[in-house]
Amino acid sequence: MCDTLRLHSFQSLGTLDGPGIRAVVFLQGCPLRCICCHNPDTWDFSGGYEVQIGELLEKISRCRPYWGKSGGVTVSGGEPLLQAKQLIKFFKALKSEGIHTALDTSGCILNDDVKELLKYTDLVLLDYKYTDADDYLKYTKMDIKKVQSFLSYLNEEKIETVLRYVFIPGINSDEESIKKLQEIKMFYSCVTSVEILPFRKLCIEKYNELGIEFPLKDTPEASKDEIVAIYEKFPDLK
Amino acid sequence: MLFKEWEGFKNGIWQEEINVRDFILSNVTPYSGNEDFLAKPTEKTEVMLKKVRELLKAEQEKGGVLDIDTETVSSLCNYAPGYVDKENEVIFGLQTDAPLKRSIHPFGGIRMVREACASYGYELSDKVEQHFQYRTTHNDGVFRVYSDEMRAARHCGLLTGLPDAYGRGRIIGDYRRVALYGIDKLIEFKRQDKAKVSQGDMNTDTIRLAEELYQQINFLGLMKEMAASYGFDIGRPAANAKEAVQWTYFAYLAANKEQNGAAMSLGRTSTFFDIYIERDLQNGTLTEEGAQEILDALVMKLRFIRHLRTPEYNDLFGGDPMWITEAVGGMSQNHKTLVTKSSFRILHTLENLGPAPEPNLTVLWSNHLPEAFKKYCAKISVNTDAIQYENDDLMRTIFGDDYAIACCVSAMRVGKQMQFFGARTNLPKLLLIALNGGFDNTFNTKIGPQTDIMNDEILDYTKVIERFKFYLTWLCKLYVNTMNCIHYMHDKYVYEKTQMSLHDTDVERFMAFGIAGLSVITDSLSAIRYAKVKPVTDENGIIRDFEIEGDFPKYGNDDNRVDDIAQELVHIVHEELKKTPTYKNALHTLSVLTITSNVVYGKKTGSTPDGRKAGEPFAPGANPMHNREQCGAIASLNSVSKLLYSDAMDGISNTFSIVPDALGKSDESRIENLVSIIDGYFSNQAHHLNVNVLNRETLLKAYENPEEYPNLTIRVSGYAVNFCKLSREQQREVISRTFHQAL
Repeated sequence: MCDTLRLHSFQSLGTLDGPGIRAVVFLQGCPLRCICCHNPDTWDFSGGYEVQIGELLEKISRCRPYWGKSGGVTVSGGEPLLQAKQLIKFFKALKSEGIHTALDTSGCILNDDVKELLKYTDLVLLDYKYTDADDYLKYTKMDIKKVQSFLSYLNEEKIETVLRYVFIPGINSDEESIKKLQEIKMFYSCVTSVEILPFRKLCIEKYNELGIEFPLKDTPEASKDEIVAIYEKFPDLK
Repeated sequence: MLFKEWEGFKNGIWQEEINVRDFILSNVTPYSGNEDFLAKPTEKTEVMLKKVRELLKAEQEKGGVLDIDTETVSSLCNYAPGYVDKENEVIFGLQTDAPLKRSIHPFGGIRMVREACASYGYELSDKVEQHFQYRTTHNDGVFRVYSDEMRAARHCGLLTGLPDAYGRGRIIGDYRRVALYGIDKLIEFKRQDKAKVSQGDMNTDTIRLAEELYQQINFLGLMKEMAASYGFDIGRPAANAKEAVQWTYFAYLAANKEQNGAAMSLGRTSTFFDIYIERDLQNGTLTEEGAQEILDALVMKLRFIRHLRTPEYNDLFGGDPMWITEAVGGMSQNHKTLVTKSSFRILHTLENLGPAPEPNLTVLWSNHLPEAFKKYCAKISVNTDAIQYENDDLMRTIFGDDYAIACCVSAMRVGKQMQFFGARTNLPKLLLIALNGGFDNTFNTKIGPQTDIMNDEILDYTKVIERFKFYLTWLCKLYVNTMNCIHYMHDKYVYEKTQMSLHDTDVERFMAFGIAGLSVITDSLSAIRYAKVKPVTDENGIIRDFEIEGDFPKYGNDDNRVDDIAQELVHIVHEELKKTPTYKNALHTLSVLTITSNVVYGKKTGSTPDGRKAGEPFAPGANPMHNREQCGAIASLNSVSKLLYSDAMDGISNTFSIVPDALGKSDESRIENLVSIIDGYFSNQAHHLNVNVLNRETLLKAYENPEEYPNLTIRVSGYAVNFCKLSREQQREVISRTFHQAL
């Protein structure tokens, strides 16, 4: 059990989840139900497929020539922390090869396994979904305190962190929220930048295939211009 | 030898013998800086560009052919000099007496010329018709000797795209020799060679060579005469950069007046030109603007080169491609880079003149290239989709450091090696013929050895492989012999004397065979091995389709279970081909390249065991089949990189399309990431990569409203095309290809 990971998919060329060119491992299973979720097909714990860690490492080693000076491996999901125990072994192996590791997570779990895993994590891409506690609970079914204490732990351990915020028009698009994000960045020295990602609806087909209604199907997409405008107004986010 | 035109150049053995490579290595000024020095188009360039665009538009509006001279058989001195705008032209010379007026080349085959004229509303003149009643063409010769089996294989498209009715192409004259030595010197050397041949025994080989040399010398003379009609004396060497480009272009133009070869590359000229440009810059006789103006002018002229083809030919290859391939960059064998400022300048023509498929700019990529040049190439790729990359570190070990690329991916030492173009064979079709025991189920005709139909309940992998190999042995022998007939007759009736006069007399030859449908047959065999494949037969017991139960590994996912099948297939085809001797003892080489013809091949091939239905396109070249790649771009590149170059030394083509957002978050990161990807792919010993960075939506828009995207250029397979010139079917196929996306 410790030697396998439950995968949703493997993407050999990722350029958006961490520095440089990265192999991105999407793990299967997520306890959250964020209304803006892009990958509803990763929710179900029993879905996906099992892969031997050794096999995965072998696959990754064949991607390595493409990474150049930066680049590495990002584990995303689903929620990777659910498989923290197995990931320790995986990340340890990557670190012993000198490979940069990144974890794309909601920060919803902070147990001993997760703490051990973070020892081998170079970068955390932390989804900080809402700045307001009520919204957080309403739109993710999770208590904001969990992500807050996760962030505090990252700060104590001085693990480089990028906050990621999906900008959803009419839901979390108020200036107050963005201001708060900037404050968080100022307060936690581990946070090197805040990434504002535009809300998109490309995932609608996936929802239809799964027979699940997409909660935000009537919400407009965020435009690139809106994002540019936010960075212009709040240059300290970068 | 000593010429006043050589003043300022460093001495070397290039002054004692014809040796352009030594001239380059002795005089090159490598450049490791960035593109900031580049100049914008001059006023002259702008004026010319406007005229060029008007003419191209007029050509397009007339259905693709502006005019045809139906009276004059094309040759070096058969037309009065032609001009676009004499006042503003910097580099002179047109194929006929007017821009974009096409010439006729009936020596390859009169019927093809007649049909091509007719399909554009012209009639071949009586004069030419009458004359060719008394001449044997290449096409006549070939059909005199083709066996019934060869005709059958050709008819059903098992052997396809055979150069038996037009110029075979794929020969690169060392056009630079004319600039460096002048015609008079070249004639002198060839005369000496001819005298030497005549001193030995005269037998079939030496008599033929003596006659070939006679023709070479004759046409070198005509080349000089042709240039004189434009007012230039190319009997002497070029004295400055402008002359070096002009002389070289005249030589290339002469080749195109004499031949309508399917792919006639320019070679590897930019670093050669750079030596002249550097000398002129040092002398103060040229400015950066002037240098760029000369190369811009050359490229405009190259974009005007045309041959008259039939609409079927254009359907096969997507528009009206010429494959005027120019190899740029690379390293020397003494580890110096051959990247010069002119490597930048030639790529910069895409910015000054706008993207276009011709010339087919091909970067010889080495991991040791200067970083700034790598980045500039990537930038041009991201902005224009007009260039391709080939692995210099791989090719240099075999072809040295003065090779160029014929057509899309065929490397050869310039002026020292040539190839006999061998078209390609359709491997998925061969598999179907094998399963049907010698019956082609598309043309419903018997072909090859007759055996029983493999209508087993479930196909057995071992038995299928055994059967396939039996038919492969039969096919390869037939294939080599067919090519021998074609090239014997081509030499006999349409020998390329102009291009061969710019080769060493003692030239090394390749016979370049090709395979189409590699991913289809690979996945088919994988399905038979790892899933359950049941043949579906018709009332006569002929297999028409397959039912597949279960999943199977697919080529393009970095999965050795299936990638090994692809690697082995390429290997055994090459080994089988080598068993039959070739005409003029050419070395057997093989390519995995289909250009856009993968659409037509698919049309002529029944349903295959991988689940592809009858008539559906193949993937191009060595590409994995569309949308079967499930692990992203790098896994796909890794699969292709497992094909061994030693098995397919004529080239392994791979086309890589990615949406800009998936390549990186900013322009800068897209450029850096593309450099890393190319470095990674080639460090795995892969051979070739076409790069397209664009959104499928752009193509969809261009498909709907072609008039709004007249210059949309995309790489298809070893070359670039103007998207709007593709057939509707080819456009749909390009749109359906895998675009690597962000998740």
